[in-house]
Amino acid sequence: MNTELIGIIATFLLTLIIAIPLGKYLAKVFAGEKVWTDFLKPLENGIYKLSGINVKEQMNWKQQLKALLTINVLWLVYGFFVLIFQDKLPFNPDGNPGMTPDLAFNTIISFVANCNLQHYSGESGVSYLTQQFVLMFLQFVSAATGIAAAVVLFKAFRDKTATQLGNFWEFFVKSITRLLLPLSVIVALILTFNGTPASYEGKDQFISVQGDTVNVSRGPAAQMIAIKHLGTNGGGYFGANSAHPFENPSYLTNMVEVIAQTIIPIAMIIAFGYFIRRRKLAWTIFGVMTIGLFMLMIPTLSSELGGNPAIAKMGISQATGAMEGKEVRLGPAATAYWSTLTTVISTGSVNGMHDSTMPLTGLWQLLAMMINAIYGGCGVGLLNYFVYLIIAVFISGLMVGRTPEFLGHKVEAREIKIAALITLLSPFLILAGTAIASYVFTNHGNAAWAVQPKAWLNNPGFHGFSEMLYEVTSSNANNGSGFEGLGDNNIFWNVLTGVIIFLGRFLPIIGPVAIAGLLAGKKFIPESAGTLKTDTKTFALMTFAVILVLNALSYFPALALGPLAEYFTMLK
Amino acid sequence: MKKYIIPSIRLTLVLIVLLCILYPISIALAGKFAKGKGGGEKIVKNGKTVGYAMLGQSFTKPEYFWGRPSAVAYNAAGSAGSNKGPSNPDYLKEVQSRIDALLKYNPGLKKSDIPADMVTASGSGLDPNISEQGAAIQIARVAKARKIDEKKVKELVAMNTLKPLMGLFGPSSVNVLKLNLALDNL
Repeated sequence: MNTELIGIIATFLLTLIIAIPLGKYLAKVFAGEKVWTDFLKPLENGIYKLSGINVKEQMNWKQQLKALLTINVLWLVYGFFVLIFQDKLPFNPDGNPGMTPDLAFNTIISFVANCNLQHYSGESGVSYLTQQFVLMFLQFVSAATGIAAAVVLFKAFRDKTATQLGNFWEFFVKSITRLLLPLSVIVALILTFNGTPASYEGKDQFISVQGDTVNVSRGPAAQMIAIKHLGTNGGGYFGANSAHPFENPSYLTNMVEVIAQTIIPIAMIIAFGYFIRRRKLAWTIFGVMTIGLFMLMIPTLSSELGGNPAIAKMGISQATGAMEGKEVRLGPAATAYWSTLTTVISTGSVNGMHDSTMPLTGLWQLLAMMINAIYGGCGVGLLNYFVYLIIAVFISGLMVGRTPEFLGHKVEAREIKIAALITLLSPFLILAGTAIASYVFTNHGNAAWAVQPKAWLNNPGFHGFSEMLYEVTSSNANNGSGFEGLGDNNIFWNVLTGVIIFLGRFLPIIGPVAIAGLLAGKKFIPESAGTLKTDTKTFALMTFAVILVLNALSYFPALALGPLAEYFTMLK
Repeated sequence: MKKYIIPSIRLTLVLIVLLCILYPISIALAGKFAKGKGGGEKIVKNGKTVGYAMLGQSFTKPEYFWGRPSAVAYNAAGSAGSNKGPSNPDYLKEVQSRIDALLKYNPGLKKSDIPADMVTASGSGLDPNISEQGAAIQIARVAKARKIDEKKVKELVAMNTLKPLMGLFGPSSVNVLKLNLALDNL
């Protein structure tokens, strides 16, 4: 077997070796049990004290959400103004300009929402101050927000009946001090010692061997790249993201970065099982997700390793696979592997350009983001999956004629309504958003925006449609990757995707937390022969079917117009 | 909501100190002990910086090995791929013209020997590497332009080839800048 395939298999195994113990560790951390990192307690107590927080105070689910939303709104306001005035603030060695209000609107929502869709380019669009004090800061805290929200869900199902679900600030701070920050230090050091810049020096200039004058963008990148992956954020320091040789200098760093973005989402599932003392349920969830992952990854590998048929016709050997938009040191297999993980998880960092991948690869990337619950983003992946679970419980309940129950709590009309609304939100935002964009593109091609609609698309035909569909899908999934050929830095795309990211982030956090809170408050019904068990193979299959049917029904027409149509036209 | 505003502000300030000052500065300080002192590994020749080990640069003369096509012309002030879709007719024409150029400047080269990386743009536009096959097809041209034995050039290519990680994981690659500097040092 070739070394590229061995490389990705090793990467996946290493991921599991790290993620599973990490999950057990997290369960203990959030349960307040003894762990070896307890030496950090004084640091946490210091943070609570300086912030005036009493972590003994218990919150119900509504209070949890209020705290979460308040601090998120604060970050929106803070970041927005820094982005606009970054040219007047210090630490701007390259003299980059302030952002336009619409770009700042988009960027700040995108980073607060853990999405990291970037309509600017890191080298020319932001200052060092912005990179660190806004963007990197938000990469930490948005990930911690997602994890804390998931821990509220953990709490809801640990005890038989509970209205007090712990303290949001405690979950949030611990996510940083016990998880994100220590791991970031490790990853950042590995990157720094393998060639990623970490210093504050500004642009450099040199005369190349052939005598060209070349400017080189640098800066404190390693620090940001570490958290961008661990926090499933994905926003790169440089424009080309992890395809840039500074962001991802070698195959080793590539393995580290892709492992870093996968471990926390997997660990959270394991942690859920250990925390609520239902390990089998966690393994069932992990199993469904992993089968889903392979169903997306294997065809992606086959379409990328097969190369571009149009280039094959020209007589070129594509021994290792399609190379447009890819880097030689990483190779097509590692890029295909990464592209699947970065889309199932809501990271959205790329080590090769998705716009240049094969049509069917694009299809799997889109589908991965539409489902958005295979591992998923830090914390929120599990929340999204929880909504599918509730729907599956409801449908199975109807099929066997029993009152639907989840972990000993009756699932009633109110919970189902919330779950149904959250499930419908994604197709609504994705399809309506793409429809509006297509309408503007075809009917208002000459609108006087920074990029005229008729010049939006970097590619003609079906692939051009896919560029728009991808942008909207990525926004809704809070993914942040893009078919980057799209001319997206203009008021239309900045506002449209800004609004979609915002709704696609906060409603799918509020919904599941509310359902969990409502269920937790209900009387506990002990398990009996009549109970629908949620940790069996049958129920796993049921959940899988629900995910498949919901997404296939919602998105097939759009996918047929984009990647599928392109695939079939390339066949002939 | 009011109850949460003050703790939110204070917590944000505390975390800014921890995450935006203490964390990145410690990493930057540790980076001083890394190659290139945390500013990217430079390659110096006769006291002058001629490039960065990890950044590709433009080579067009026949006596040098060429790197991959670049969407940003190897200008490292920015970075980007072409973002061309696989079925884009203009893009496919461009690929064809790259093939023609390679055939023209490397007489005797067979089309089926050209690897994909030599006719497609990289993701970053700054790819420092080409594949082993990408170097192999240029050996004859470089040797002829420099009037040296092909064997010698072949040896240099082998010396500048980075094997898969631990011999097991990932592809092998050739660093174009290092290879060309080794040629100049002959």
